[in-house]
Amino acid sequence: MFLYEQDLPVPSAKSNVLRFLDVARRFPGRTAGAPPFTAVRDLSFEVNESEFVSIVGPSGCGKSTLLNMIAGLDHPSEGTVSLHGVEVVGPNSSVGFMLQKDLLLPWRTVLHNVEFGLEARNMEPGARRERALKELKRCRITGFADRFPYQISGGQRQRAALARTLAIDPDVVLLDEPFSALDAQTKIVLQKSFAGTIANAGLTTLLITHDLSEAVAMSDRILVMSDGPGRIVDEIEVGLPDRDNPIARLATPRASEIVKHLFHALHIDNRLDA
Amino acid sequence: MSNEADTTTRTRLPLRVFSARAVWQSGTSAPAASLALAVLVLIAWQYLPPMFGVPKYIIPRVSDLWNEMIRMWLQENLLRHFISTASMSILGFVLGGLLGAVAGYALGLLPTWEKVLSPYILALQIAPKVAFAPLFILWFGYNAWPKLIVTVLVVFFPILVNVLQAMRIMDRDLINLARAYNMSKTKIFLKVMLPYSMPNLLAGLRIGATLAVIGITVGELVGGEIGLGYLISFGQGQANTSMVFDAIGLLTVIGVIMYWAVTSVENRILHYLPRAVGAQRSP
Repeated sequence: MFLYEQDLPVPSAKSNVLRFLDVARRFPGRTAGAPPFTAVRDLSFEVNESEFVSIVGPSGCGKSTLLNMIAGLDHPSEGTVSLHGVEVVGPNSSVGFMLQKDLLLPWRTVLHNVEFGLEARNMEPGARRERALKELKRCRITGFADRFPYQISGGQRQRAALARTLAIDPDVVLLDEPFSALDAQTKIVLQKSFAGTIANAGLTTLLITHDLSEAVAMSDRILVMSDGPGRIVDEIEVGLPDRDNPIARLATPRASEIVKHLFHALHIDNRLDA
Repeated sequence: MSNEADTTTRTRLPLRVFSARAVWQSGTSAPAASLALAVLVLIAWQYLPPMFGVPKYIIPRVSDLWNEMIRMWLQENLLRHFISTASMSILGFVLGGLLGAVAGYALGLLPTWEKVLSPYILALQIAPKVAFAPLFILWFGYNAWPKLIVTVLVVFFPILVNVLQAMRIMDRDLINLARAYNMSKTKIFLKVMLPYSMPNLLAGLRIGATLAVIGITVGELVGGEIGLGYLISFGQGQANTSMVFDAIGLLTVIGVIMYWAVTSVENRILHYLPRAVGAQRSP
């Protein structure tokens, strides 16, 4: 499945896929002479092969900055972000990201939207189509391949967006609140669907979310970020079975314990910053 | 500015009003009613002015218009004038549209240039372009160039402004998505920016199609020996009111056909945009 040399895993000591080392990102002040604005600082963490890590934190804690740095759209002011031991210096096709907005192109059918990411590569149209169809099957939306985005529901659109994200065979999948725009029921169904797809494919995943129980339900490990400027203040090993079944997971006593713990961690932090 | 900016939203007023009525009356009675109205107006036009003693040289009757049309066809080489105006309108529309779109995309991609040029664009946009017609005649003489240049200018701006607007409101996340996929700039433009701006471009073209006829007409009125605009000024000189009415009618026909052509292309290209009324009409 590795189509390109850059997609080949480089053996590294700890088999971590994604690594942040003392990363800080500062933006110049709004007005001339104003002190620079620090979005994140002292960020060090790793995401291992096939691991599902969630980052929770208040809004404005610099999560978009973090995602942009992984995707190569932005660069750290200090420290390094590396993928498979190679420093990220620009956009690369080994990262797949997905936002709250589905970002489907309205003028394309679902199938052609899934092919979109593959069009950056010099791929045979036939092979591209085959790849996209396989991904639609994996995300269970084959029946909507020829529909346009306005003809399908919000949940189906997010499924299509996941299919598009997975079609490029990313080394790491970044999910930025992919469920937060959905209604409560669709959200649960989609969380289960995503969890199953991700667990079966053994994907390395980083999920950013506001929703504490979502983080507990879906991940192996949770990193708690604080705002102003964003840094990691807590790390929790979830240690629950059934990663492919978030609903079963949330029913366990340990899950509610972690949620309570997270709630506390974030609450205290908010008070200190207020 | 505001005039053209308003039109960037996909409001197609005549069509929408029409469709809403169709839904309201639940059926195909609306076209029939329109037709009946036209017949009624024509009958009133034929018989009311003579009843009130309005002379023919003020308001000619429908039958006078018809007779004059036949006379013009036989004696004034009407077809030649009609084809000249129609072809020049289309040519001006195509050239103005192309230039406007190219300029819009170029300025959209080069924000610095847009900032430098925007006051001049605004000034030129506000300036009544048709007023340049006599100037162009002074420069280029009594030939096709003055009316063509006026038309290109008139068509150019609404399309430029609409395309530029689309480039300004472009969803940055979509561009970032394409960038994250390592897409080249050319591909990003062709696969994201161009289709994204399509609704705006087509809205601009729709306005341009109607303005093109105005541009050509003014050019022909000011100085020319051919075209429906020329027939209007000729008819006016001879106090031939029927001729003026007929020429105006034919100009409207050209405008309507061009507008309709753009709209049908638009509907074909923008099929992926949900339309509330359309959805109700086709269950």
